[in-house]
Amino acid sequence: MSLSSAQLDRLAYRRRQTLLSVLVAAASTLVLGVLLVVAVTGAPGWDRVRESFLDPTVARESLPDVLRGLWLNIRLLFFCALGALALGLVVALLRTLRGPVFFPVRMLATGYTYTFRGLPLIIVLYVMTLGLPGLRLQGMPSTLVLGGIALVITYSGYLAEVFRAGIESVHPSQLAAARSLGLTYRQTMRFVVLPQAVRRVAPPLLNDTVALQKDVGLVSLAGPIDAVRAAQIHTAETFNYTPYIVAGVLFVLLAAPLIAVTDWVTLRAARRQS
Amino acid sequence: MLRRLLPLAALLALVGCAPADDDTPTPPAATGLTSCSKDQLTTKTAGKLTIGTDDPAYGPWFKDNKPENGEGFESAVAYAVADRLGYAQADVTWVRVPFNTAVAPGPKAFDFDINQFSITDERKKAVDFSGPYYLVRQTVIALKSSKIAGAASVSALQSAKLGAQVGTTSYKAITDLVKPSGQPQVYNTNDDAKKALQNGQIDGLVVDLPTAFYMTAAELEDAVIVGQLPQVGVPEQFGLVLDKGSSLTGCVTQAVDQLRSSGELTRLEQQWLAQVAGARELT
Repeated sequence: MSLSSAQLDRLAYRRRQTLLSVLVAAASTLVLGVLLVVAVTGAPGWDRVRESFLDPTVARESLPDVLRGLWLNIRLLFFCALGALALGLVVALLRTLRGPVFFPVRMLATGYTYTFRGLPLIIVLYVMTLGLPGLRLQGMPSTLVLGGIALVITYSGYLAEVFRAGIESVHPSQLAAARSLGLTYRQTMRFVVLPQAVRRVAPPLLNDTVALQKDVGLVSLAGPIDAVRAAQIHTAETFNYTPYIVAGVLFVLLAAPLIAVTDWVTLRAARRQS
Repeated sequence: MLRRLLPLAALLALVGCAPADDDTPTPPAATGLTSCSKDQLTTKTAGKLTIGTDDPAYGPWFKDNKPENGEGFESAVAYAVADRLGYAQADVTWVRVPFNTAVAPGPKAFDFDINQFSITDERKKAVDFSGPYYLVRQTVIALKSSKIAGAASVSALQSAKLGAQVGTTSYKAITDLVKPSGQPQVYNTNDDAKKALQNGQIDGLVVDLPTAFYMTAAELEDAVIVGQLPQVGVPEQFGLVLDKGSSLTGCVTQAVDQLRSSGELTRLEQQWLAQVAGARELT
């Protein structure tokens, strides 16, 4: 198939326009970057800040310990995210049960989301990791597991509400149609409502998971050493804050794939809707 | 015009002088003990030495809240210093001064005060310190039921789960001295760590010796001091407190230094701190 000369001109024009906008974008980024660098490095206190926050020697020394701590964050994130998603879905389903007989269940589920979204995570952590072991019960799980449970119950409160929003966003006509086809309530949920609901709320679910990633380290208040705690220990020893920057960079690197996936899912969802 | 400016100038001079006064270093003691003899010292009451401490005065630093009985580590140190300066036991009188009052700026009711004062730069702005008479040691405490309660050596602690407060010498003592096989547990505060110890989440808690005395005596019912760890890092130092710019600072420091170099302080430490409280040395 050959293109008309008018079409070829159009294509060439669009290519030129694209190139031009890329160049303009690059130039404006460069100008902004230079301005930022000049403003920061030209500040009177820059040398002092660089010494105490960007010392390569300190960074190298603290890296192994910070990485070892990060491994704890990663493991916790993996298990807590799975646990919180599962528990959140269950709570959301309980909250959306219909019929007067389920009133106590709905009430409990609602109370759960109210309580654990309102309760500061650090208090839940203290109660779970330092309070519960005080009961001296047989078979008390380790501090790490207890801390993980605290994270799961807190975050499942948020995730439950996201799931519920998704479930309720499915139009009632879908339910009616499913029921008229002879599907039971459970089947309707399983095959009609949840697949649509989860797809719709995937971006906020992933967003909450990114937030969870930052909070898993709070388990360190009960003793275990995570990446931020490892950085704190090095900072206390050297009076230099570079280890915090090291930990911060590692956290961003850890979150980047998850954030990229979130963006991609959001974009895809938007495209499908339009 | 001049008359109006004069008070202002006086005020300026006064204000200008105040900080300069703070910066003036304490005049070093004249060399030799001669100038530090009893008849050459200007004390609160001539011929007497007035020593301050808090009320109540706790063990093992004092005994039975009676500083004048010479028993307990700090009471013994106070009398040893008095002795070096030429004061007999009968020449020493004690006054009770609350801890915070003693290190606050302002006139002092004592010639020197002994009350587990750590030498810090902040306090140095308000008072003088003698040289250190005690270097704070790191100590392991554990529940009586703990497997390390009877540990006699540092190596016996290596398989234990130890905890400490973040950013402290105690934490350094675990990582640099004990080097346990497992990772140490790190807490925001000693209170959190204490809770974990009570719960049995850690086998032992490392704190400095004064804290260990307090925790095992007053705060934790079933806890014991396992023992003192060898010296590590830059230890906290206890010093005698004197009035800012006191004429006695040089002489008292000299007396403390001599007690240290003669081994007298070590002897008193072993007599009153190691044995009384059962804080044996872990080697």
